[in-house]
Amino acid sequence: MVHYDIVVIGGGPAGLAAAIESRKNGVKNILVIERDRELGGILQQCIHNGFGLQIFKEELTGPEYAERFIKELINMGIEYKLDTMVLEVSDSKMITAVNPTDGMLHIQAKAIILAMGCRERTRGAIRIPGTRPAGVLTAGTAQRFVNIEGHMIGKKVVILGSGDIGLIMARRMTLEGAEVLAVTELMPYSGGLTRNIVQCLEDFDIPLYLSHTVINVEGHDRVEAVTIAQVDERLKPIKGTEKRFECDTLLLSVGLIPENELSKSAGIKLDNVTSGPIVNESMETSAEGIFACGNVVHVHDLVDWVTKESKRAGKNAAKYVKGQLENNCKNIKIKGINGVRYVVPHIVRPDNVEQTVELMMRVDNIYKNVKLVVKSNGEVIKEVKRKHVAPGEMENINLDFSKFNLGNSDEISIEIVKEGE
Amino acid sequence: MEARDMVCIVCPLGCKLKVIKNEESQNGYTVEGNKCFRGMNYGITEMTNPTRVLTTTVIISGSSIRRLPVKTSGPIPKHLIEEAMKIINEIEVKTPIKVGQVIIKNILGTGVDVIASRSMFINSEEGYLKDHLA
Repeated sequence: MVHYDIVVIGGGPAGLAAAIESRKNGVKNILVIERDRELGGILQQCIHNGFGLQIFKEELTGPEYAERFIKELINMGIEYKLDTMVLEVSDSKMITAVNPTDGMLHIQAKAIILAMGCRERTRGAIRIPGTRPAGVLTAGTAQRFVNIEGHMIGKKVVILGSGDIGLIMARRMTLEGAEVLAVTELMPYSGGLTRNIVQCLEDFDIPLYLSHTVINVEGHDRVEAVTIAQVDERLKPIKGTEKRFECDTLLLSVGLIPENELSKSAGIKLDNVTSGPIVNESMETSAEGIFACGNVVHVHDLVDWVTKESKRAGKNAAKYVKGQLENNCKNIKIKGINGVRYVVPHIVRPDNVEQTVELMMRVDNIYKNVKLVVKSNGEVIKEVKRKHVAPGEMENINLDFSKFNLGNSDEISIEIVKEGE
Repeated sequence: MEARDMVCIVCPLGCKLKVIKNEESQNGYTVEGNKCFRGMNYGITEMTNPTRVLTTTVIISGSSIRRLPVKTSGPIPKHLIEEAMKIINEIEVKTPIKVGQVIIKNILGTGVDVIASRSMFINSEEGYLKDHLA
């Protein structure tokens, strides 16, 4: 059995930032565990640019963004293990892991930071009808094949889902010589960033079918055709609107789910909406001393926000190890209501707030000209105007605890109110 | 008056721009809706000569990974992207490669280089150690 002060599970952007920040806050004995053959996580396959504008004020590709953190981690002498799969985390902060050189490992940590990221929803998760041929892949898997392994995955492609990965793969496949026949989106609006609609679809004249879904997949060994149809308000396909595309590949970009198998094994409470752990202002989960950050908590739009959130987790894990985190104190519940689907963090312990808490949230629909209204025990304490909010774009509100005197609050709620009401 | 609505793609904020032809202004256009100066530049460039940063990969040997990610060091005219891809796809490189290293100089006479967007060594992790701790 080996002992560490802090063990970080996951060597992607969240894990790297958390480990670096823990070290900056005085913890020496840190281990990062990564199951892939190198650090950097999914950033290594995201070869497009646009990363780092908030953190570095310049536009980087995924591998460039990752490399800056990997260098910093290595220069700090933080230990890491690659090719290492964590099998179990216990609530007593015991980690069981396995790799080809050490065999089975038992690691006792004083604090754990969960940074396992998320995984893609698959064909099974959305029950697409039709035969089961080869050529149906998630967009992220396709991205790895094309950008890292160097395999071309198809020539004529239909993409279901307009999330950012789907849009980026539409451009990537086109650049590599494939023909992208259609991107279809179930909702009446795209789930991706507008900039990606512009530079991945419009630049290459790829049609986007909103309010459409895939209703059939044909083919025995390989995909031969995909049929799409328009859907009504209840998301049911409308007869007579079918379009059949002859193609060899169907890419799925139908959402991401935080990867919380390990969190469940540690008995950590999860939020039904985010599918990630319930966390407090310090990014600590319901298990004392186990922290979480990044896409394992809730799926972020930008890696910059993952980095910011993970720094908070790393700093607080260091505080916990040094016994500086107050646990037996008042808990304020944070709730999203009336159009706000969720808010992270879920709980704020005012005794641990230095000054402000950044609340991250998602809305349930597209709204124009609204206010995000923050209430403490039913009284309005802050209003933020927004011209446009959408489920695909996360909203942030900074709550200054010293200013609002929130120490006596039992519950803080955030809701959407139409302008003028 | 000639005007076009567009979404700024300089950064992920995606400001909704209105670019209006205006003979009296210094640049020939006025831009509304941008939250920063780069949005203004983008709006005008998009009307006159749209450009994009191209990111793709080249074949690499001697590493555990089969492709090296590369990018243009600056934006290139949009209409040259297809031709640039043809040239980039002909290239093969070998480890070691350092991030920022020039892979193709002055592609298509644009004055823009194609550069590596990550370091890659025979075993990339050991390479980092050698490079940054030695």
